[in-house]
Amino acid sequence: MTTTTQPVTRDVPFVIGGREFRSRLMVGTGKYRTNEEMVAAIDASGAEIITVAVRRVDLDRTKEEGILFHLDPKRYFLLPNTAGCYTAEEAVRYARLARAAGLNDWVKLEVIGDQRTLLPDVMATLEAAKTLVADGFKVLAYTNEDVVTALRLEDAGCAAVMPLASPIGSGLGLVNPYYIREIKRRLSVPVIVDAGVGTASDACVTMEQGVDGILMNTALAEAQDPVAMARAMRLAVEAGRLAYLAGRMPRREVAVPSSPVTGMLD
Amino acid sequence: MKPTGQGMTQETIEITLNGQPRRVAAGHTVLSLLNELGLHPGLVVVEHNREILERARLGSVPVGAGDVIEVVHFVGGG
Repeated sequence: MTTTTQPVTRDVPFVIGGREFRSRLMVGTGKYRTNEEMVAAIDASGAEIITVAVRRVDLDRTKEEGILFHLDPKRYFLLPNTAGCYTAEEAVRYARLARAAGLNDWVKLEVIGDQRTLLPDVMATLEAAKTLVADGFKVLAYTNEDVVTALRLEDAGCAAVMPLASPIGSGLGLVNPYYIREIKRRLSVPVIVDAGVGTASDACVTMEQGVDGILMNTALAEAQDPVAMARAMRLAVEAGRLAYLAGRMPRREVAVPSSPVTGMLD
Repeated sequence: MKPTGQGMTQETIEITLNGQPRRVAAGHTVLSLLNELGLHPGLVVVEHNREILERARLGSVPVGAGDVIEVVHFVGGG
């Protein structure tokens, strides 16, 4: 006799800005020890959306290699960010430079408001989002876990809203699952948790909140074995998503026996 | 003015390139400047006096004294 092991629950496609993507895990390209390690880790992660930054070409080096030497834009969807920008004007400038590279008109908008925490300047983020949306960009906006800001960003026309799990590069994991769930409940556009995930359990718990995806960088780049961690993250994101779709059992503060309480011997 | 191999002088101009003052030969277009710098125009984006140049225009925009030019590309980031 054969049995089917396919789950009853089917996932919905992961669509951002009208484009369907195969992986709910998005990864960054910063801080790897070597480019070879980065390429191998990204491959192991199964990610399709890969973030990149815009910076000056280093003219003093004989052959400065940009990221495009290592990642094929036909294989990966390269998503430029505005990391390092502290004003709306600066972020808009970086986004337009990125678009002029000719890959796409998408941007992961980041406007930082504080150097120590790298928390977003939400007012400047909103201002930049409005400008970029009006200019035809698909804007994926990095923000904090505040539902009001998330709603404003959605109203401004962002293609996705990207609340943090915890500060960029902190590895502290999901510090505010309630607020993340609330943002997911209230928004229609995809909610992609960006920043703060440190290890596979963090990714799994984050996906269990019902968010559409996760973007991470440091958790892979700073792992002792980035390729192994990338595979772990791939599995954790899939596991967390599936657990969310499956619908977990209720939490109870008393035990309930798993074996029958009847039929016991006298 | 810099002496050239033929004992002639070649006119140079000063521009600001990626935040640094730099003397370059007069008469460059942005495209010929990129070529001289060994940069592939398909892999960089150029901002000329705060205006982003589409690639098709690189060969027709002259580089003049005092110009501020930024040449950027994609690097690793999160």
